[in-house]
Amino acid sequence: MNRIVSKEHFSPHVVKLEVEAPLIARSRKAGHFVIVRVGEQGERIPLTIASADTSRGTITLVVQAVGRSSKKLCALDEGDAVTDVVGPLGQATHIERVGTVVCAGGGVGVAPLLPIVEAFHKAGNRVIVVLAARTKDLIILEDRMRACSDEVIIMTDDGSYGTKGLVTQGVESVIQRESVNLCVTIGPAVMMKFVAALTKKYEIPTVASLNTIMVDGTGMCGACRVTVGGRTKFVCVDGPEFDAHQVDFDEMMMRLRSYKEEEQK
Amino acid sequence: METIPTVAERRAESWREELRQGMKAKERTAIHRVEMNELDPDYRSHNNEEVNQGLTEEQALREAQRCLDCVTPTCMEGCPVSIQIPSFIKNIERGNFLEAARVLKETSALPAVCGRVCPQEKQCESRCVHVKMKKAPVAIGYLERFAADYERESGQIAVPECAPSKGIKIAVVGSGPAGLSFAGDMAKRGYDVTVFEALHEIGGVLKYGIPEFRLPNRIVEVEIDGLRKMGVQFITNCIVGKTISYDDLHADGFRGIFVASGAGLPNFMNIPGENLIGVMSSNEYLTRVNLMHAASTDADTPVFKGKHVAVIGGGNTAMDSVRTARRLGAARAMIVYRRSEEEMPARIEEVKHAKEEGVEFLTLHNPIEYLGDENGRVKHMRLQRMELGEPDASGRRRPVPVEGAVETIDVDEVIVSVGVSPNPLIPQAFAGLEISKRGTIIVGEADMRSSLADVYAGGDIVRGGATVILAMGDGRRAAAAMDEALQEHKS
Ligand SMILES: Cc1cc2nc3c(=O)[nH]c(=O)nc-3n(C[C@H](O)[C@H](O)[C@H](O)COP(=O)(O)OP(=O)(O)OC[C@H]3O[C@@H](n4cnc5c(N)ncnc54)[C@H](O)[C@@H]3O)c2cc1C
Ligand SMILES: Cc1cc2nc3c(=O)[nH]c(=O)nc-3n(C[C@H](O)[C@H](O)[C@H](O)COP(=O)(O)OP(=O)(O)OC[C@H]3O[C@@H](n4cnc5c(N)ncnc54)[C@H](O)[C@@H]3O)c2cc1C
Ligand code: SF4
Ligand code: FES
Repeated sequence: MNRIVSKEHFSPHVVKLEVEAPLIARSRKAGHFVIVRVGEQGERIPLTIASADTSRGTITLVVQAVGRSSKKLCALDEGDAVTDVVGPLGQATHIERVGTVVCAGGGVGVAPLLPIVEAFHKAGNRVIVVLAARTKDLIILEDRMRACSDEVIIMTDDGSYGTKGLVTQGVESVIQRESVNLCVTIGPAVMMKFVAALTKKYEIPTVASLNTIMVDGTGMCGACRVTVGGRTKFVCVDGPEFDAHQVDFDEMMMRLRSYKEEEQK
Repeated sequence: METIPTVAERRAESWREELRQGMKAKERTAIHRVEMNELDPDYRSHNNEEVNQGLTEEQALREAQRCLDCVTPTCMEGCPVSIQIPSFIKNIERGNFLEAARVLKETSALPAVCGRVCPQEKQCESRCVHVKMKKAPVAIGYLERFAADYERESGQIAVPECAPSKGIKIAVVGSGPAGLSFAGDMAKRGYDVTVFEALHEIGGVLKYGIPEFRLPNRIVEVEIDGLRKMGVQFITNCIVGKTISYDDLHADGFRGIFVASGAGLPNFMNIPGENLIGVMSSNEYLTRVNLMHAASTDADTPVFKGKHVAVIGGGNTAMDSVRTARRLGAARAMIVYRRSEEEMPARIEEVKHAKEEGVEFLTLHNPIEYLGDENGRVKHMRLQRMELGEPDASGRRRPVPVEGAVETIDVDEVIVSVGVSPNPLIPQAFAGLEISKRGTIIVGEADMRSSLADVYAGGDIVRGGATVILAMGDGRRAAAAMDEALQEHKS
C-alpha cells in the first residue's frame, strides 16, 4: 500500500522519498511520471519517477515543497503511506547515443532532470549538467548529478555559489567551447523559454519537459494542454517532453497561473 | 446460475392472474401518469441535494396499476438489458417491493443508477403500449428506481446467487457501467473477476461525471458493494497498458479480458482563445467537482466559480456542467448550442430541470472565438448566429451560419462540452487489436469479441460516447459470449 520505506532531506524544502509501488517500479522508464494523492481530500499532483528498485519494489520521488499538496507529501514520514500513487504515465524519454548532451535544470525541474541525466550518461553520451538557482541554498542534487555526468556547472543569480549569472549563460559557455548535439531543459517555464531561444539561435535540437497543471494524468481532462507547433497537445499523454523550439511558452506560463488566487486561500 | 423463467411462465403465475383480474384495463388506463416529487428549483439550485425525490409507496402502487401486464410486453424490447419489466412492476403492485428489486437484479447490476439516468423516453417507455393508445407511458424508470431504493433503504439487500467458483480468472479493464455489468454477470457464473481501474475511485462516469444532484455517489457505492459481496475484486490506481501490460495479465493467469475503458478523451473545437484561463473541458470541470470534491472547503483541489458561465454543447454532459455552475454560484449560466432545442441530445428531463433552475438557452449559436484580459483570463466570447439548413447525413438539419450575425457576450468561465473520443490507452497498448478510424475497438456485434481471441470490449470504447444502459447491455452480452467460449474450450 504505497508505504514510504525511506526519507531523506536534500535541502529544507526538497525531500527524497522511496515509496513502495512494485508494479510501477517494474514497468517504468526514464522520463515517466506518477500521479500522487495525499489524504482523502487530497489533490492529484504529478511527480517524476527519479529512480526505481525492482528488487525492493520501490520508486523514488524527489519532491520540492512549493504549495499545499507538495508540502503535505514532504511532511509524511518513513512508515506512512501515500494514499494513491498511479503510473507510470507519459511517454518515456527518447534516450539514444547522440554525442554531447547539455542538461539545464532549475527550481522544481532539477528533480525530474536527474533520471534523464542518468539515462543519457548510461547510453554513452558526454553529459554536461547546468544547475541554476537564485542563491546557493537553493542548489539541490549537486552530488547526485556529479555522480552520473561528466561535468556540473553551477549558476546562481547572486553569485553566492558557482558562477554568477543565469542558466542561459552557463549553457552558452558550453556551446561556445564545444560542439553540443542535444540540449534538455526542465525548470520554470520562463527558464525553459529562454534556454529554447538560446539553442534555437545555435540550431541545437532541444527538448523541454513541461510541468503543466494536471488532474487525472491519463488524457481525460485537458487541464495539461499546451500548444506545440500550433497544435494543442496534452502534456500527460503526448509528453511531458516536447521539441522546445515548437512550444508556446508564453501560453504555458499564463496557464500555470490559472489557480493562483485559489491556491493562496 | 438459477434457470430464469420465461416471460410467459411468469405471467401465468396465479398471483399475476389474480392481479390482472382485480382491475379492468379501462380503469388502469384511466389513471394519470405519476409526477415525480422534486425539490423546489430555487432551493435546489444552490446545493447538491438530489433533485428527484423518488415516488412514495402510494404513488408507486398506483403507477404500477397502470401497467396492463401485456402478453407481449413490447417495453422489454426497448430495454438493452431485457429487464423483466411487467414482472417487477406487478410485484410492486402486489406490494412485494423486495421481490421487485430481486427481479431487477436478475439482469441489471445497477438498477438504482439506471432508474435515475437512463433515457427511458427513448427506450422502454417509448415502446410501452400506452404510447400506442396516445397515452403517457407507464413510468418504468421511476418504478425501477423506487424498487431499488426501497431495497437499499430496507437494509435487506439481496446478494444474487452465484455459481460455485470455476477457478478461472477474468480481468476487467475499467469500472464504469460496462465493466460493472460484465463483472456482475461473470461472478454469477462462478468466475473469479478482478476489475482494474485507473482512477482512485470505482464507477467511471458514474463517479467523476454525473453529479451528486442527479446520482448521489453513495447510491453508486452501495451497488458496487453488492458486486464486492458477490466476490468481485477491485484494484484502483492501476492502468492496464501502463501499470500492467497485456502480457502481465496472461502471466498472472487471466483467461479472458473485457475492455470497458470508456470514451474519456475530451474534444475541443480548436478555435482561437480556447486555451485561455477559465476555458476547460466538461471532463475537467466535472472531475474537479465530483471526483475531487473541489467545491467543498476542505478539499485541496481548486475549481473556478465563474459568475458568467457559458457551457458549449447540448448533451447530458453540457446540462450537468451548466447546472453545476449554477450550484457553484453563477449568476448567469448559459447553454450555447449550434442547433435548436429539438435536436438536443440531452434527456428531456435534464433540459427541463436546467430551465427551472434558471439556465439560459442560447440555441442556434456557435462560439467562434474567446477573448481574454491582460492576465490571459477569458473575458468575452464571440458567438455566430446559426439557422437550420438542409438535413445532413445523420438526418438532422445542418446548422449554417447567418452571415454577419455575430454577438459578443461577457463570460468569465467557459466549459467545452462538444463530445468525447474513445480512450486511446488500450488501443495503443494491446498489439494486434483492431481499431476503427474513430479510435473505437472493433468487436463482433453479437459476442463483443475483438480481433484478439481472449479480449472482449463494450461500452463507450466500442460505441463512442453513448449511454449507461447500452454500456451495461454490452457487458451482459460479452459475459454470455465469453462464458460460452470458455466452456467450449474446456470440453
Ligand atoms: C510531468 C511533471 C513532473 C513533475 N515532476 C516533479 C518532481 O519530480 N518533483 C517535484 O518537486 N515537482 C515535480 N513537478 C511539479 C509538481 O507537480 C508541482 O510542484 C506540484 O503539483 C505543485 O503542487 P502544490 O499543491 O504543492 O503547489 P500549488 O499550490 O499548486 O502551487 C504552488 C506554486 O507552484 C507553482 N506551480 C504549480 N504547479 C507547478 C508545476 N507543475 N510546475 C512548476 N510550478 C508549479 C504555482 O504557480 C504556484 O506558484 C512535476 C510536474 C509535472 C507536470
Ligand atoms: C457528465 C456525463 C453525464 C452523462 N449522463 C448520462 C445520462 O444521464 N444517462 C446515460 O445513459 N448516460 C449518460 N452519460 C453517458 C454514460 O455515462 C456513458 O455512456 C457510460 O458511462 C459508458 O460506460 P463505460 O463503462 O463504457 O465507460 P466509463 O463510465 O467511461 O468508464 C470507463 C472507466 O475505465 C477507466 N479506464 C480507462 N482506461 C483504463 C485503463 N487502461 N486501465 C484501467 N482503467 C481504465 C476509466 O478511468 C473509467 O473509470 C453521461 C456521461 C457524462 C460524461
Ligand atoms: S408495454 Fe407498458 S403496459 Fe405493457 S407490460 Fe410494458 S410497461 Fe406494462
Ligand atoms: S492531466 Fe488531464 S488530460 Fe492531462
